[in-house]
Amino acid sequence: MNIEQQDFYTQAILSLAALVGLTSFLMLGQGRLLRLIFVFALQGGLLTLTTALAGYSLNNHHLYISATLTLMLKVIFIPWMLRREVTQMDSHRNTESSKNQTALMLAGAGLMVFSYYVLHPIVQTTSPVMLNALAVSLSVVLLGMLLMITHREAVAHVVGFMSIENGLFFSAIVATNGMPMVVELGVAFDVLVAAVLFGIFFFHIRASIDSLDVDRLNRLNEVDK
Amino acid sequence: MGDQLMNWLIAIIQTMLFVALAPLLAGWLKWCKCYLQNRRAPSLFQPYRDLIKLTRKQPVVAEQASWVFTRAPYIIFSATILAASVVPLIAVNLPTSASADVIVLVGFLGSARFFLALAGLDIGTAFGGMGSSREMTVSSLAEPAMLMAVFTLSMAASTTNLSVGITHVLNDGLVLRPSFVFALFALILVAIAETGRIPIDNPTTHLELTMIHEAMILEYSGRHLALIEWSSQLKFMLYGVLIANIFFPWGIAETFSLQTLAYGLLVILAKLAVLAIFLALSETLIAKMRLFRVQEYLSFAYLLGLLGMLSHIILEASR
Repeated sequence: MNIEQQDFYTQAILSLAALVGLTSFLMLGQGRLLRLIFVFALQGGLLTLTTALAGYSLNNHHLYISATLTLMLKVIFIPWMLRREVTQMDSHRNTESSKNQTALMLAGAGLMVFSYYVLHPIVQTTSPVMLNALAVSLSVVLLGMLLMITHREAVAHVVGFMSIENGLFFSAIVATNGMPMVVELGVAFDVLVAAVLFGIFFFHIRASIDSLDVDRLNRLNEVDK
Repeated sequence: MGDQLMNWLIAIIQTMLFVALAPLLAGWLKWCKCYLQNRRAPSLFQPYRDLIKLTRKQPVVAEQASWVFTRAPYIIFSATILAASVVPLIAVNLPTSASADVIVLVGFLGSARFFLALAGLDIGTAFGGMGSSREMTVSSLAEPAMLMAVFTLSMAASTTNLSVGITHVLNDGLVLRPSFVFALFALILVAIAETGRIPIDNPTTHLELTMIHEAMILEYSGRHLALIEWSSQLKFMLYGVLIANIFFPWGIAETFSLQTLAYGLLVILAKLAVLAIFLALSETLIAKMRLFRVQEYLSFAYLLGLLGMLSHIILEASR
């Protein structure tokens, strides 16, 4: 089906899916922590928009609650907390230049194509919108993993982890027309608890190796190589 | 026959409007920037005055200059005008835009750039050569990204002709296309790089080591400089019109009555004014990038174009 024939809701969901994918790419290319956190908040904002839109078009009112929770947690609270921790630990001036930015980006594009390839067999049994939403969310998950692998700062790992959760959340919203309220509340509070726990971990890591650069954890060997 | 003649007349008028309005857009951009940076802005017509002043002055040409140096400004200016005539400004379906497509447009701009780079090398000063080499580096990276973005439109409209493509977008009405979102961002990034704005190049810099465009034209003076300045203003407006009319084509004239044409002119002026405000804002907020980070910036633009193309094939194509 051509996109001109789809209704406005579908077009909007597809565009939002594309933008969510774009924010994942932006996060992958970001060297500065504060900007990384900002883009993460942006992704949260797009998720809020998607949730609210789904709630509106499916006439599913509890999705508004979910959207409000997303707004408060992923757009305001978690970015604010991460930001505060980064400035407290004085690592907001560190830039992290990964060795090969272009190769990293191309790897990201490859992962996106791969996730489409993997999900392609599903197209026979479902609508194209579902396929695209699932593919984009799978690629958001994979890009989040790539972000965790390639960055050295612990804060970037947390952001990657949270963006994996964002990808799962996106697929859940679009594919299931809204999960049961209990599940959504549970997930939201899990994320909240995870964010707080990560904050504590930051301080532990910093206390033991005096930096958030997890590459230094390799140097904890007794024999200095 | 009379109809045909009328169409050509409108096409010529449109191109002349393009040429005449380009300095005004540059003046408006400068005005916005000054306002944002708490400076007193020069008049909107200052670029015109500068051009007139430069044409009155006697051009000084270095002794070593060959014929390339003196002819290049005329070639650059005419190639840019030809490029501008391809782009629909106030009306679509004009004979000039029907006879050439996007690839011709890129070719005109490429040949203008080729002669600019040659002129930079011609005198043999260190800065000119440096500027030329940088310009070619930037443009060789920017061109694929631009073509990628434009091909996204071409695939959606199944044509490489700008005018037909814009009509297609118009007829579809308001459709949210993910691929166009990507292509729009890619084209904006490319336009900034190609027209030598911040963060790639600073058009107002006085430090030779950081110049790209300015380094190439350091040796020019008088009417030669006026022509080169004018053609770079023209190129800037061309990219602005390209962005405005491909992605937000509403208001452009499809029939050639006086009323629709006047309306089209007003709408495109408003669109360009808004675009310039955004550009002034981003130039005020962002600092110039190191030269060696330009390839990262442009590969990001390319990536966006590629994603636009992919999402067109994957998300939008019929199954």
